[in-house]
Amino acid sequence: MPEWNKPLPSVVGETKPYWDSCKRGDLVIQKCDDCDEYQFYPRGICSNCWSNNIQWIKSTGKGTVWTYTVTYQNRTHGFAQDVPYVLALVELDEGVKMFTNIVECEPSSVQIGMSVEVTFIQANNQISVPYFRPA
Amino acid sequence: MVDLKRGAAIVGINEHITRYSPDKSELQIQGESVIKALEDAGLTKNDVEGLFTASSSIRNSGLNLADYLNMYPKYVDNTTVGGGSFEFHLSHALTAIAAGRINCAVITYSSLARSGGVSVGTGGVARFGHPRLDPSPDSFEELYGLTTVGLYAMIAQRHMHLYGTTSEQLAQVAVSTRKHASMNPEALFRTPITVEDVVNARVISSPLHLLDCCVITDGGGAVVVASPELARSCKQNPVWVLGVGEALAHQGAGKRDLIEIAAKQSTTPAFAMAGVTHKDIDMAMIYDSFTITVIETLEDLGFCKKGEGGDFVSGGRIEIGGELPINTDGGGLSSNHPGMRGIFLLLEATRQLRHQFEGTPRQVPNCNIALCHGTGGALGSRHSGGTVILGRD
Repeated sequence: MPEWNKPLPSVVGETKPYWDSCKRGDLVIQKCDDCDEYQFYPRGICSNCWSNNIQWIKSTGKGTVWTYTVTYQNRTHGFAQDVPYVLALVELDEGVKMFTNIVECEPSSVQIGMSVEVTFIQANNQISVPYFRPA
Repeated sequence: MVDLKRGAAIVGINEHITRYSPDKSELQIQGESVIKALEDAGLTKNDVEGLFTASSSIRNSGLNLADYLNMYPKYVDNTTVGGGSFEFHLSHALTAIAAGRINCAVITYSSLARSGGVSVGTGGVARFGHPRLDPSPDSFEELYGLTTVGLYAMIAQRHMHLYGTTSEQLAQVAVSTRKHASMNPEALFRTPITVEDVVNARVISSPLHLLDCCVITDGGGAVVVASPELARSCKQNPVWVLGVGEALAHQGAGKRDLIEIAAKQSTTPAFAMAGVTHKDIDMAMIYDSFTITVIETLEDLGFCKKGEGGDFVSGGRIEIGGELPINTDGGGLSSNHPGMRGIFLLLEATRQLRHQFEGTPRQVPNCNIALCHGTGGALGSRHSGGTVILGRD
């Protein structure tokens, strides 16, 4: 495993199931049992109806690029060496958008609307980070 | 609701002349600005009852500022929602004055972003000054290498995709703004530029080029706000607060379409309170962190239809002499941008409404009503929008 030089997420109770699933290679999102709304990022409450009857649902892991940018300048350690890289908002098939990077392709090939699927890169023994690649 | 229209007025202003001050503290720049703004109004330290400030670098900003100035304000507001915080402050000062809590407030800001070497737009997570990510939302965002430029670039990309907006149309905002900066002796960059200069500059985060992005400077300023009674006794003609509107926009749990920005929510209450229409606005100060910010804001404020912002900014319409002159001081794109630029919108609108540049090319002719819209945060993730409509007697 190459040394991870990017920031790492902080895991707390309300987000632990998400990161535990990532470690197993599954992308999960939340759905409220009371109002049936999906939400992302994960929370300890339903942000729509404020109920706490929320379930973790396994996402299809598939979606489309809602928008993106090819980043040529970022002074943060871990990203400065990676430019150009693609920062994107992907809209999952379930209808929620999430930030990610589009990987395993030329940055110039990325388009709004292109189909993508989740893939994971292991950062350390606790954390695997979800990314998306062309589907 | 209490009628807040003309419930308070801007009676004193000062824009700190500095663009680079490595030998001053941020509090000193605020102090110098407040003193000069009170002189401008013909008021003194003892007249000030309310203190309004925001900072991304001064801890407990209002508390430390009161200590530095040796003041004991009875009304304090540190609302900090990014660069547009100062439009929120004016809105809150209006409310506090109309409610009779205070008669006089000072709004002030400073930053040493340039001399401190702060990578405001491209610092990534380092812009927060700490490497550990908060559990949410940072832990779902910052590990992908977000930058401020990138978060605006993503909205620019989507705008181009949906509406056919071009890089040349974005560039026109920078070109017109630079033309205005050429008339401002204090602006950081004053040499005129062309559309070709902008689109041929290096790409920072596609589709935004270097000249689509605001400058980074040191700077600061202050605004004195007074009750109608106090305003009538001040040295300068009052600039009345006619209408205000505040809004926040965020991802809505992953479901909001952020091509529609907070300005869409703040514009209606501001125009309703002021009782004016878009045709009544003689000039506008539109927060210009990036060229796309201006196009998105003009659309969602209602100056043109969604998707038509690229056409709207073309053909000199946003230049002095055009239909809606904007950012006549040279804006954040060319004059100054210390990190949170919202206070400078209020300062230039006030100067124009005072007809301070009468007889020079910088004066907007017959300027009676101005609109300021501050945007803070990032269009692509979460941001604030504060709309203020101002008018002279």
